[in-house]
Amino acid sequence: MLDSLLALGGLVLLRDSVEWEGRSLLKALVKKSALCGEQVHILGCEVSEEEFREGFDSDINNRLVYHDFFRDPLNWSKTEEAFPGGPLGALRAMCKRTDPVPVTIALDSLSWLLLRLPCTTLCQVLHAVSHQDSCPGDSSSVGKVSVLGLLHEELHGPGPVGALSSLAQTEVTLGGTMGQASAHILCRRPRQRPTDQTQWFSILPDFSLDLQEGPSVESQPYSDPHIPPVDPTTHLTFNLHLSKKEREARDSLILPFQFSSENTKSSLLRQQALLRPRPGQATSHIFYEPDAYDDLDQEDPDDDLDI
Amino acid sequence: MARERGQLVFLEGLKSAVDVVFQAQKEPHPLQFLREANAGNLKPLFEFVREALKPVDSGEARWTYPVLLVDDLSVLLSLGMGAVAVLDFIHYCRATVCWELKGNMVVLVHDSGDAEDEENDILLNGLSHQSHLILRAEGLATGFCRDVHGQLRILWRRPSQPAVHRDQSFTYQYKIQDKSVSFFAKGMSPAVL
Repeated sequence: MLDSLLALGGLVLLRDSVEWEGRSLLKALVKKSALCGEQVHILGCEVSEEEFREGFDSDINNRLVYHDFFRDPLNWSKTEEAFPGGPLGALRAMCKRTDPVPVTIALDSLSWLLLRLPCTTLCQVLHAVSHQDSCPGDSSSVGKVSVLGLLHEELHGPGPVGALSSLAQTEVTLGGTMGQASAHILCRRPRQRPTDQTQWFSILPDFSLDLQEGPSVESQPYSDPHIPPVDPTTHLTFNLHLSKKEREARDSLILPFQFSSENTKSSLLRQQALLRPRPGQATSHIFYEPDAYDDLDQEDPDDDLDI
Repeated sequence: MARERGQLVFLEGLKSAVDVVFQAQKEPHPLQFLREANAGNLKPLFEFVREALKPVDSGEARWTYPVLLVDDLSVLLSLGMGAVAVLDFIHYCRATVCWELKGNMVVLVHDSGDAEDEENDILLNGLSHQSHLILRAEGLATGFCRDVHGQLRILWRRPSQPAVHRDQSFTYQYKIQDKSVSFFAKGMSPAVL
């Protein structure tokens, strides 16, 4: 399912984290779109164009249309190089296309935009861009549009993330275990129940997608087939087990405060000895010296209880 | 000596802050935001960095591959700048130092830990996503130890080389000495072996 994410079109959210970065998957999907003959636009805000293009061969690089918002996104240099209207202006311009060729727009990253633009404005533009191929009554046939948005989950509260999530046709949440990356894919098809699936994968050096079954057993860090497992109960300085004789002695031991249900003479004698000390036996006394501030009340505090 | 050769440019934030607050400035000061009621961005501070990195017009060879050390960004939050403004400053520094001049940046930021500081968390996570290498210094879970001062977690993030060891995360323990730090694997401090 991971390799057919863009077939549906619409907004695809790639939710990554510091530990499991999503740019590699974004680049892998961009490469896939380019190889399918789609028009691919990149809105690059977080990394330089050189860094984004690194790892792609020249064939792929020639098919990418890169909009650079990394060098001077806020127009601090006051030159005219920056695209008028910034990244949002570039996105809005893409709403006006009339091309029948399918197009993929990669936002690197959606988090960068969400931190600097009002959430409602961004959602409106995203909705307009990702749904322009499904406008009813439109005579021109605009090609399928897929918008890939890289979202760094830890940067935003539940409100904005929820708003983007409700706009998205597909959500991919990256995670993993034992060095193996996984993608939890939630897919919303129109008039169908949402489906979800977890896919293990890795990205090859040329940014091809390699789908896998799951974390391989051999990748567990501490198991080595050549070293037999060590039994920790050998060479102890104390006993962990009882011998037969010790077990019998333990089972036949009479506990001091455990009285048998049969009223045998020995049991009764033991009970009396414990509960009623014999005269002459040393008993404990409590000596109480009241302080000057103590308020000694001779009344029984339980008198008012109606028992 | 590095300072004399022009190899080190040092902005002493505390001293500069006193200058900008108590003395009238003719030109925009790197810490201009301290005087402004609604300072929106750290553009003057970035322009100071960019000026400092401009090659000096002299007969000597130009310094190459600069390193920008920032100690520390959490102070800017405490002084009233928003997390996004600080991230914008770092973004522009990255564009100049790393992309244009092929240099490196080392930035220190504090983790608010259990104290829920939303702005600091945005700054910390935003920086982490921009970083290729994250070094996390923290105390030992078991508390203070005279011979092991803390542990360092190292996380490599190299999205441009995805096949290079996904699980490149190491943890070392360390002891700080007079002028150096000694590192050892967990549990392997000479004091406990």
